[in-house]
Amino acid sequence: MEAILKVKRFNPEAAKPEPYWQEYRVEVEPHFTVLDALIKIREEKDETLSLRCSCRSAICGSCAMRINGHATLACKTKLSEMARGRPAVTVEPAGNMPTIKDLVADMTPFWSKVMAVEPWLQPRGPEPQGEYLAPADAMQHLVGVMACIMCGACVSDCTVLEIDPNFLGPAALAKAYRFVGDPRDQADAERLQALSRYSGIWDCTRCNECVQACPKGIAPMDRIMALRDRAMDAGFRNNTGSRHTEAFEEIVEHSGRLDELRLAIKTFGMMNVPAMLGLAPVGLRALMRGKMPPIFHKPIPNAQAVQKLFKKVEEAQKGDRK
Amino acid sequence: MLECDVLVIGAGLAGMRAALAAHTNGAKVIMVSKVHPVRSHSNAAQGGINAALTDRGDSWEDHAFDTVKGSDYLGDQDAIEVMCSEAGREIIQMEHWGVIFSRDEEGHLGTRTFGGQRRARTFFVADMTGQAILHVMYEQLMKSGVQSLEEWFVTDLIVADGECRGCVAMEIRSGTLQVIRAKTVVLATGGLGRVFEPSTNALICTGDGIALAYKAGVPLMDMEMVQFHPTTLKGSGVLITEGARAEGGYLLNKDGDRFMLKYAPSMKELASRDVVSRCEQTEINEGRGVDGCVLLDLRHLGEKTIKERLIQIYEIGRDLTGIDITKEPIPIRPGMHYQMGGIKTDVDGRAWDVKGQWGGIRNLFAAGECACVSVHGGNRLGANSLLDTVVFGRRSGEAASQMAKDMKPTEVSEEKWLKSSEDKLRSLLAREANGDSVAKIRWDLGTSMVEHLGVFREEEGMLATKAKVEDLKRRYEKVAVQDKGKMFNTALIFGIELGYMLDCAETVVLGAIERKESRGAHHRLDYPQRDDGNWMKHILVHETPEGPRLSYQPVTVTRWQPQERKY
Ligand SMILES: Cc1cc2nc3c(=O)[nH]c(=O)nc-3n(C[C@H](O)[C@H](O)[C@H](O)COP(=O)(O)OP(=O)(O)OC[C@H]3O[C@@H](n4cnc5c(N)ncnc54)[C@H](O)[C@@H]3O)c2cc1C
Ligand code: FES
Repeated sequence: MEAILKVKRFNPEAAKPEPYWQEYRVEVEPHFTVLDALIKIREEKDETLSLRCSCRSAICGSCAMRINGHATLACKTKLSEMARGRPAVTVEPAGNMPTIKDLVADMTPFWSKVMAVEPWLQPRGPEPQGEYLAPADAMQHLVGVMACIMCGACVSDCTVLEIDPNFLGPAALAKAYRFVGDPRDQADAERLQALSRYSGIWDCTRCNECVQACPKGIAPMDRIMALRDRAMDAGFRNNTGSRHTEAFEEIVEHSGRLDELRLAIKTFGMMNVPAMLGLAPVGLRALMRGKMPPIFHKPIPNAQAVQKLFKKVEEAQKGDRK
Repeated sequence: MLECDVLVIGAGLAGMRAALAAHTNGAKVIMVSKVHPVRSHSNAAQGGINAALTDRGDSWEDHAFDTVKGSDYLGDQDAIEVMCSEAGREIIQMEHWGVIFSRDEEGHLGTRTFGGQRRARTFFVADMTGQAILHVMYEQLMKSGVQSLEEWFVTDLIVADGECRGCVAMEIRSGTLQVIRAKTVVLATGGLGRVFEPSTNALICTGDGIALAYKAGVPLMDMEMVQFHPTTLKGSGVLITEGARAEGGYLLNKDGDRFMLKYAPSMKELASRDVVSRCEQTEINEGRGVDGCVLLDLRHLGEKTIKERLIQIYEIGRDLTGIDITKEPIPIRPGMHYQMGGIKTDVDGRAWDVKGQWGGIRNLFAAGECACVSVHGGNRLGANSLLDTVVFGRRSGEAASQMAKDMKPTEVSEEKWLKSSEDKLRSLLAREANGDSVAKIRWDLGTSMVEHLGVFREEEGMLATKAKVEDLKRRYEKVAVQDKGKMFNTALIFGIELGYMLDCAETVVLGAIERKESRGAHHRLDYPQRDDGNWMKHILVHETPEGPRLSYQPVTVTRWQPQERKY
């Protein structure tokens, strides 16, 4: 069986270093992963093709790249599935990171962000003789986050990072959650405070791309949301993100619907003139397109039902936390 | 030129543990790794790590005995005692650093039973124990501030006047060479799995450190002892963890018989790896296999257990073979997995012998899979290798930093060493294409090694592979690397690695032909019995100007006299 792969190449040493597409035709077996095909190309067709790979079983985190436009591990992706209904399978380096050569991304920024969350256990007090005692289910829960192999697929496809390279990003934040969620770690308050600053947990727009991209089921976005809850519970509410969340909740609970104007005022504060002026262009554009929300909303007849829903959710959450 | 007290080459578990120990001991440490540390092969360890904790009624002596027996009495018992008696302390250390070991109901660390052992003493994290420990070790390394050169490839050891004084390494990204000068050097470069094709090992396991030491004249020991793991996938050789059998998986032949009941009535599927691999191969050879494999059946464990405790295996089954292991048995067969032999060291990782019995090079230490202390002898027990990496990683880091304390900086001629390494690389790049390739030579090497140095061996086949390796070495002298660039030139790296692999292969073959008996993983059809009278000794290979030379070392026996091995 022949497969066609279109690979994005980049040679930094070329006279004019520019990315270009190169097409390879290669004989493959039905069970081949995209990585198998790339290795075969490298071994039989073109030794100059550079990529990282090692374990071939989705554990070392080397081979994250974009396949048909989405980040994933090449060693975990069946070639036949990617080829279905397409003239060629496209392969590009991971996004949101500079490319060193061909499919090799520069992970330096990735690691400096991981480093920024102080990713090591910070217990307090004297060490016990034996192991720390910790509830089995809490530890089992953490295994699901710890399973992150630091491949960078989530970072590659993060839509916030595309616009704001300073955002800590899904991988570093999931790593932070791994410590906040660890009963042995005693630095929760400091961690949550730091994470509540700019570029931290409140900058995620919940686009869900990282959840889709993650080859290990870590669901980074869900971890970021859990961090938000914890940060607010711990009292770190003096920031736009948590005020926005609180206001959102309060308004909807109160009247059964969202009131965008009140939301803005509550989030930024009525007296926060610069922020209000900053919002003015958005308001104007909305007005011109006829999308300005009304100043007075019609009351919703059955708003109490919404309030009841809120109560239920709150109780369920309390139970969960216990 | 970069400078340090202790240079650690390799950033798997053994390397990082050594770097942390040396750093704690006050040394200036540089750690070099050809891949980012968390990409090291240690992350592939799925099953767990052994330790007998006395406070739960286990005894390290029991663990030591199981290890001695597992080694088929080729392991040095003094070294095994050190490893097993220090195991508990290492597990607790790692737990304190943050490893999320699985727990029991009371919140204590939980254990599972691994092959060849009579008690549940394998600590684990689902089926990703290696990854869990490796990432935590890297966390501690980030915290420590140890200088870590990531994606730097070591091309040469600097050896002068019988001393190791550092290395030459290439920053892969830029392709530039650098001399790193050190007072002491710890090699922790891992195994040589890729010398065999297929293998469970990652593509980076090319025996670099073993070959570098060998070429410097350091003796390698037990190189003929190569472990074949009972459960690997057919094409790729990818591993299905022993945890699958530890959780209760069955091995079936084509008639659906649990054949291990017949061969090892008491330990069944959990007999030692060498034993299970031979039973499987016998079933296959005698026509009771399925397409060159036997079947691993996990269905009776139930979906919940599988998805909670064998997540990776579930995924590997689904992604690499298209089999849902909760519904179907999965075909598996024995596959190359682990190199018991390696750079001969003492229990402090010294690659030279203070008594001058086995030679070696001063200031050079080794730990982990590239070293041979020897705690695994003829056959390694599952989950003893991670233990080996952390115990002897720490000990060699401590010893190397201790030694460095009393030393003045060594003398190294930067210019001379850079030039000799540059010349080596240039020659690989400058050759004319001749139709041959690095990949072809590697393939021919690996398949020949599996064919004649596999689960069953005999003289004739091994001699054929010996001749093959010699021929491949000649081809290697002429092969050209096609990528002529400097930056991230992976083709060049594969080219250098192939040279390392050929050197390693030579020593495996020589040791295997020499050992005229069957012991542990080394099973000869022409000498099917263990022969304690003649062969209860280690075989060492070292290079001389006249070519490789073999010598012997007695096995250290402290308290366990050899017995017949029954499971
Ligand atoms: C699939 C699989 C499963 C396993 N499961 C278990 C298990 O459950 N329990 C157990 O105890 N053992 C297990 N093992 C064995 C165990 O994982 C390894 O033996 C052990 O992790 C080796 O660790 P190490 O530190 O010696 O080497 P590695 O982790 O292989 O590290 C080697 C390091 O050396 C570096 N390096 C190599 N060459 C160079 C060079 N030229 N220049 C610079 N750096 C270099 C690499 O980059 C890497 O950082 C398993 C092995 C495999 C293959
Ligand atoms: S090769 Fe290791 S994750 Fe793909």
